[in-house]
Amino acid sequence: MPKMNLSHFEASILFALFTSVVLGVITKRTDRERLRYALHCFAYFLLAIFGLSWLMYLGHG
Amino acid sequence: MTENSAAAAAPAASIGKWAPAVLLAWLVPGGGHFLLKRPARGAILAASVAIVFLLGLMMRGTLFQPEGGDLLTTVIYYGGFIGDLLAGILYFLTVWLGYSQPDMPGHVHDYGTKFLVAAGLLNLLAIMDAYEIATGRKD
Repeated sequence: MPKMNLSHFEASILFALFTSVVLGVITKRTDRERLRYALHCFAYFLLAIFGLSWLMYLGHG
Repeated sequence: MTENSAAAAAPAASIGKWAPAVLLAWLVPGGGHFLLKRPARGAILAASVAIVFLLGLMMRGTLFQPEGGDLLTTVIYYGGFIGDLLAGILYFLTVWLGYSQPDMPGHVHDYGTKFLVAAGLLNLLAIMDAYEIATGRKD
């Protein structure tokens, strides 16, 4: 089994990507709605990742 | 609200109608959707769950073992074990083929452990979706 070293950012992006895909597939009724919902989820994940990262960075001074 | 009331008022589907799909969805990620003739969705779910699980293994994540103790320890270890177990055949193959890693210090291993649980939780969403399709609550 090959070993993989991901940074926290890379791991977060991959988690966001696959979770968004699954949420999109299971929640909506048409393919167009699924794609839109998955993209929405992914965008919100990214917003949370960057937002919380900046918050922690600024909080540390 | 009206939809929720209607769903609540609807008679419960017989176990024979949804149990095979739910069982297969648990054992083989995406399998329930294949059984219910939704192959495209099943394939996407299978790929997503399998990739997240494999990423967890490649980061040398640890599979949780049920462990008692104080409340927090019990919740974390039993919850993690159930999360791992929800990945179905991926979990069993990992244990049977000896890919289960010992608990090691390090942030990458920790990410891997979380990915392994996340794969199980994503499969839980797929299982619930298969249940709703099998009982006719969803297309």
